[in-house]
Amino acid sequence: MHAITIGQYYQASSVLHRLDPRVKLMGTLAFIIILFFADSFYAYALAAGFLFAMIGLSTVPVGMILRGMRAVLMLLLITVLFNLFLTPGEEVFRFSVLKITKEGIDMAVMMAMRLFMLVAASSVLTLTTTPQKLTDAIEHVMKPLKLFRVPVHAIAMMMSIALRFIPILAEETDKIMKAQMARGASFDEGNIFRRAKSLIPVLVPLFVSSFRRASDLALAMEARCYHGGEGRTRMKPLRYEMRDAAACLVLLLFLGGMIALIVLF
Amino acid sequence: MVTAKELTFEYIRRDADGNPKGTVRAVDALSLHVKKGQFIAIVGHNGSGKSTFARLLNVLLAPAEGTVFIDGMDTRDESKLLDIRMTCGMVFQNPDNQIIGQVVEEDVAFGPENMGVPTEEIRARVDDALRTVGMYEKREASPNKLSGGQKQRVSIAGVIAMHPKCIVLDEPTAMLDPKGREEVLKAAHMLNRKEQITIILITHHMEETVDADRIFVMDKGRIAMDGTPEEIFSRPGQLKELHLSLPQATELGEALKERGVALDTRVLKPAQLVEALCRLR
Repeated sequence: MHAITIGQYYQASSVLHRLDPRVKLMGTLAFIIILFFADSFYAYALAAGFLFAMIGLSTVPVGMILRGMRAVLMLLLITVLFNLFLTPGEEVFRFSVLKITKEGIDMAVMMAMRLFMLVAASSVLTLTTTPQKLTDAIEHVMKPLKLFRVPVHAIAMMMSIALRFIPILAEETDKIMKAQMARGASFDEGNIFRRAKSLIPVLVPLFVSSFRRASDLALAMEARCYHGGEGRTRMKPLRYEMRDAAACLVLLLFLGGMIALIVLF
Repeated sequence: MVTAKELTFEYIRRDADGNPKGTVRAVDALSLHVKKGQFIAIVGHNGSGKSTFARLLNVLLAPAEGTVFIDGMDTRDESKLLDIRMTCGMVFQNPDNQIIGQVVEEDVAFGPENMGVPTEEIRARVDDALRTVGMYEKREASPNKLSGGQKQRVSIAGVIAMHPKCIVLDEPTAMLDPKGREEVLKAAHMLNRKEQITIILITHHMEETVDADRIFVMDKGRIAMDGTPEEIFSRPGQLKELHLSLPQATELGEALKERGVALDTRVLKPAQLVEALCRLR
């Protein structure tokens, strides 16, 4: 249960760590979007080069980024297989009804690289940015939505509180499971339906206690003068520095290069 | 500092289907006065209304009848709501359910941020508050990695950073081990002595009340007893009727007296008991 690490942060003091989270967030989004337009190997090579440069700059061990890949391995495999066998075109290899085409191979390699880079890029973002900073950045980036009456501050506050309570609830789940096991419950027997059903006696107390926690927390927040985002100041407001301008420049150069490659090939 | 006049609060009791079936007076025409800079203890058995009273002080609940004045401000005046909460801070029982930030210093900054304190001043207030409770070294730690006593000290720092004149601690030690209890109590006494902050400590551990300036004993939403620790603990019979006990040292002292050990004073703390026993030789 302690393995749950959403927003897994790798502590270091690299340039990438110190960069304004807004720049990193927008940069990652731009990288992912441009990936979906890339359709030539030159473009992929440039994107991969940029990504590896970023991983190098982040000083995060490559192993940690690869570990994030395990979660999407199945998805990657299925995507590759589908593309490999179901793309029509010039036949290269045939095994009864299954055939592999030249176009299929191209497509499969491209999709695999796309997915791989997408996950790696988001891992670099979460590994170099604390969850707190990430929520701050999301709040800032979503600010224009306030015009459409989207409760931007409330959403950011909810995300931040959720992140704070994930480890607490994980620990509590562990405790409840042990308590139920002590009374003879078992969670790893039978088929998937029986297993799902055996989780009900865990989820019910967990929900009850979460609601109690929520109401306690609301009281504590009110007692500390919380009254929404109005008139709120910050201890660590986000400020753009010179390095953020430099980062934007690098990003724009990369995006320009990508667009050129996409248009040319 | 705190004045309650004929303060009344009622909960609506509901049956299994959620239909109201009468009311419970949690606080019943309660009047009391706490002077500035005092250390007050409020004790009472479960359901005596002490937590409800605490919440009325912080305007987390609104009185049904009567009034509370915090530093001259009427809690019924809605425009004063934030001022009252800044003046009279509150620390709750469960250490996990009152920490909002994912980093210790972020949590301490939460109150001042809500009050709209300028950025540079927040930093100074947070550092001061953390030093006061001795948690400055842990300012960048995750609250999940702290012990219960440390978490409560962070919560206290979060209140101090708002620069209140009065702090209400609602059973802050109920979920802590003895070491954590001592840490929290020490912090509360230190704030009272050094920063002249009025402290209202709600507890059911009698040992925690012996250093208070004054004790209020609550029962059925009213003040049943009121006096200095010496006065309160000289009436063990009345305390027993209210389902409360004596501090352990006092109880032992009384038992010794009954068995014929001629102790010359009523002791409240273990150290006093030791002294009194030594005087016998």
